[in-house]
Amino acid sequence: MSKNLNLITAPLRKANPITVLILGICSALAVTAKLKPAIVMALSVTVVTALSNLIISLLRKGIPSKIRIIVQLIVVATLVILVDQFLKAFMYDVSKQLSVFVGLIITNCIVMGRLEAFAMSHKPWESFLDGIGNGLGYGSILVIVAFFRELFGSGSLFGYQVIPQGLYDFGYMNNGLMILPPMALIIIGIIIWLQKPEEEKK
Amino acid sequence: MMDALGLFFRSIFIDNMVFAYFLGMCSFLAVSKNVKTSFGLGVAVTFVLIVTVPVNYLLDRYVLSEGALSWISPAFANVSLDFLSFILFIAIIAAIVQILEMVIEKYSPALYNSLGIFLPLIAVNCAILGASLFMQERHLDSVGQSLAYGFGSGIGWLIAIVGIAAIREKIRYSKIPKRLQGTGIAFIITGLMGIAFMAFLGISI
Repeated sequence: MSKNLNLITAPLRKANPITVLILGICSALAVTAKLKPAIVMALSVTVVTALSNLIISLLRKGIPSKIRIIVQLIVVATLVILVDQFLKAFMYDVSKQLSVFVGLIITNCIVMGRLEAFAMSHKPWESFLDGIGNGLGYGSILVIVAFFRELFGSGSLFGYQVIPQGLYDFGYMNNGLMILPPMALIIIGIIIWLQKPEEEKK
Repeated sequence: MMDALGLFFRSIFIDNMVFAYFLGMCSFLAVSKNVKTSFGLGVAVTFVLIVTVPVNYLLDRYVLSEGALSWISPAFANVSLDFLSFILFIAIIAAIVQILEMVIEKYSPALYNSLGIFLPLIAVNCAILGASLFMQERHLDSVGQSLAYGFGSGIGWLIAIVGIAAIREKIRYSKIPKRLQGTGIAFIITGLMGIAFMAFLGISI
């Protein structure tokens, strides 16, 4: 039991896919200017990683190793299409904001990396949990980055203003640089910096 | 013609794959430890983009988008196969990368030795699929434009990865706080380079 629990919790911190393994940054950063799309993106990636891990793990004995990349891509692409259609149907505005980045979950290194490294050699249930854990690990960083970017960039959270109007009257201004893409990279750099000593202890 | 040229320069500087959209970040950070291999990977990415973007453009124009099938029979004028584009694009990319690998291996062993190891990596590089998806989203007018877009994006990616590799080679001898060494500082450098590239934002081509 504790081993299964570990599959979920390890990716949150010491084996975090973004800050420690440096995977899946590609499509992650562009969606973190606001909290809402970041959370939707995190959930989509979790669903895709977990289900594709499960499916590949079920199929793992039947896949010839020479064409495994193609098989994995097809499974992932099918799941991503389902997620994309779901978002278009029920959350149209968010899906517009995410634009091509939903499609880019296909080539997200986390998904492919977990399929290669874990699902091809483990049982379905464990792979499913591993997928959820990694999706959440990825999502946690996304939410942290989005929180700071939205707070300092637009003075709001989930679109509601949280920085009191009084401060603005006092001369406080939103930091426009936080909305721009490069700041996401710098925030992740700082998160890595803060997380390092924790790793060294282990 | 002017449109295509403008698009070419736009995609190098203003809509740079790495700095404006963070695409191809995984290999960007993993491979950029020295200039020579980065250059190899950059050339390979450009090469694949030049081929895949126009092919996917044709696929989008004549098979996928709404009314695209009307060349077969007018009855298909209302059919839109848009939802299939992810799976078809990625299949085309994987297939083209595979074919390129075989062709290069057969006709130019020297090129194969320098690019060969990177080619399999490229099928799952987000920059490649990203370029195709952006091409679809922007509704380009002609094959020439899509070619210019693919070529420009590739060159932009090449410049970015060679630039950061050069900085990382130099920075090896600098005193960086211990915990920031390696990936931490690479992220921050990329961020700073991105800010520098923003200077091009104001230019309209």
